[in-house]
Amino acid sequence: MLLELDGIGKTYPGVRALDDVSLTLHAGEVLGLIGENGAGKSTLMKVLGGVVPPSTGQIRLNGRSYDRLTVAEAQAEGIAFVHQELNLFDNIDVAGNILFGREPLRGGPLQLVDRKAAAEQVLPLLRRLGADFAPHTPVAELSIAQRQLVEIAKALVANARIIILDEPTSSLTLSETARLLTIVGELRASGTAIIYITHRLGEIIDCADRVVCLRDGKMAGALPHEEITHANMIRLMIGRELRALYTPPARPPGEGGLSVKGLVTSAFPHKQVDLRIRPGEIVGLAGLVGSGRTSLARALFGIDPPLGGEVLLDGQAVRISSPKDAVAAGIYLVPEDRKKDGLVLDMPIAENITLANLHHHARAGLVDRGAERRTAEAQGKALRIKAPGMEVAAGTLSGGNQQKVVLGKWLSMEPRVILFDEPTRGIDVGAKGEIYALMRALADRGVAILMISSDMEEVIGVSDRIVVMHEGRISGALQRDAFSEKAVLRLAIGQDGEAAES
Amino acid sequence: MSKKELGLGLLLIIIGGITAALNPLFLSGVNLLNMANLIGLFGVFSIGQGLIIITGGIDLSVGSMFALLGVIFIDLLVNYELAWPLALLVVLAMGLVLGLLHGLLVTRLKLQPFVVTLCGLLIYRGIARYYTNDATMGFGYATNLDTLTWLASGRSFGIPHPFIILLIVAVAMYVLLHRSVFGRYIYAVGRNEEAARHSGINTNAVIAGAYLIGGGLAGLSAVMLVFYTSSVSPSSFGNFYELYAIAAAVLGGCSLRGGEGSILGIVLGTILLQILQNLVNILGIPSSLNFAVMGSVILLGVIADQQLGKRKQARALSRSQGVAPAPAE
Repeated sequence: MLLELDGIGKTYPGVRALDDVSLTLHAGEVLGLIGENGAGKSTLMKVLGGVVPPSTGQIRLNGRSYDRLTVAEAQAEGIAFVHQELNLFDNIDVAGNILFGREPLRGGPLQLVDRKAAAEQVLPLLRRLGADFAPHTPVAELSIAQRQLVEIAKALVANARIIILDEPTSSLTLSETARLLTIVGELRASGTAIIYITHRLGEIIDCADRVVCLRDGKMAGALPHEEITHANMIRLMIGRELRALYTPPARPPGEGGLSVKGLVTSAFPHKQVDLRIRPGEIVGLAGLVGSGRTSLARALFGIDPPLGGEVLLDGQAVRISSPKDAVAAGIYLVPEDRKKDGLVLDMPIAENITLANLHHHARAGLVDRGAERRTAEAQGKALRIKAPGMEVAAGTLSGGNQQKVVLGKWLSMEPRVILFDEPTRGIDVGAKGEIYALMRALADRGVAILMISSDMEEVIGVSDRIVVMHEGRISGALQRDAFSEKAVLRLAIGQDGEAAES
Repeated sequence: MSKKELGLGLLLIIIGGITAALNPLFLSGVNLLNMANLIGLFGVFSIGQGLIIITGGIDLSVGSMFALLGVIFIDLLVNYELAWPLALLVVLAMGLVLGLLHGLLVTRLKLQPFVVTLCGLLIYRGIARYYTNDATMGFGYATNLDTLTWLASGRSFGIPHPFIILLIVAVAMYVLLHRSVFGRYIYAVGRNEEAARHSGINTNAVIAGAYLIGGGLAGLSAVMLVFYTSSVSPSSFGNFYELYAIAAAVLGGCSLRGGEGSILGIVLGTILLQILQNLVNILGIPSSLNFAVMGSVILLGVIADQQLGKRKQARALSRSQGVAPAPAE
């Protein structure tokens, strides 16, 4: 046995990311690791890579036992990662990347890199992986699929016995994917163990010997080779109890609202999106990470202006080529990364709240500080922002209160459409409930709300209607009576057309 | 007045006091007025530099702009015999245009401010020298310049006009930066351009606006400097002045990362630099050490600021944790 994880747990303040996870891995075996967004897959792999220390449990590698691994120990034990975001230096050539930290040297004390020896060392590896590029090609000139081969070659040079592939095919074409799966097969045949993480269940069926599924940080179950089917995997991924979060709207949705026709985003230039959000309804936008949800929100808000299609607001066409246009039309975005995009952390709360609407708090171009303070205090009170005063820097607040400041910025204006991107990420449970209540109150005031969320409980618990995206297009929509984790998941992995036996 | 400005003011008084104790001539009327004149000359374009630095940019081209605008200004007055109000307007307009050009190159073509204005530094100096065949230009026998000479280098109530002009510019820029909507946007863009954009602010226009103002103030300074030296040698006029401006801004509390700084701080920074220059002269320190003294004081000032900033951050952190015990992410 190469690797054994025994009772691994990881607790962050207020969150249990992993709870009693155990698994084993043998040489020459491909283990498929599945689970929804946030199920704990990444945390588990970080524990294995030595990046995150586990709170409880044991890691046994090659007969040695560890309470926690350091990155150096993980590498010494032969664990290699091929990351979702590739970790290559694109200003250095292929050989330099593959041999990084173990360059063949010449020239004695001068420590020059022996480029010829490096190429000779790398060439057979590239041949073995079927690579069509030379050792001295700059990485910047390679495609994503080619870069992945470089990462795998890097792992092989380091004598990796366990290679972790994290969503390796998310940006590959079909033929590139097929080739990667062939390479996985060859590595297995040569005795390397592979942990294959993916949302694409078809690939698991093609290459995995065994499947392990995580759900909410716990082991949801395992499947031996002969039981690996779509239906069985989906059954493992879903099936937890959802708390009742839903508050029905005060009145049925109105007419008009936001309607999007044939919208083309820069992230998916060959796909079109049609979407309708009526005033007074909360539409949940579900989908896997990278399915185009955030791209859609950024296009609607003018950050990455749409390449085509039209956006109508109450039947009127609006042209959105910058956030300024969107704000003027009453379309606001509560961004996913509030520290980077939502707030100026060093500025006082009050100045953050009025930033988008400063002209209404000014006379003759000069800021009316009294009006600014009144607006900020009104929002602070309405949203119950916990802060010593509105003049303290927004960066000193907790996550939930920071999110309320972002909300306060938009609520002090006249919202018609609000796009929430992961509105409760990094926010504790109590503040989450407050944010949901605010969203419902806004909808009841006639605002059309789109809520992007990777949290299944949130999507099902808060939305009036769910729209699901898959690889840049809308793969389906669900009415409230059809809500289920399974239905959402099927649409999210692009399975709408296939047989729905369970 | 922020703590930073208070500290800088205190430093000014201490250094001034020590200098005065060592040589009472420091506080003589002649010396003070002479310093006020220089403070005025250097303060105006340092404020422009400060605005640009607060957006997260930099302007290395001002010294060369003085040479180019200076020779054009004298040429217009002496050889083209243009009426002085027109010549003044032309030079101010050229300053604005060059500033706008820098701003557009930075925002539209996404070039780095350092590179854009470094090229400006080389280009403007080169053109100025070519234009004059490297010869010094003076006013010679030009007439009808008495009014302008008086305006740019005379005195009212005994106070040198450059200092009065600096006061006017400083008040106007104080209102612009610390009270106006535009000023708020400058801080927001300098501190977090993405969040400003997400708030619907046209960040490109804000940044270009700062360069535009910086260019205009450089044009104004060029005119005053020409009357201070009353001639322009295109190869040396204004050399290193961009560095004086950057030094004054940094000393005054501007961070080269952007989003930080104040008009009062920049003015205090300018004053401190001039006192240091004056101190070298008046205390009989070899004038070759001039730059070394200036560099050392700036370095010490920045180190002190950094250490104080760290402590302040630590305090703010412990305070916020006291207020909000909820788990932050």
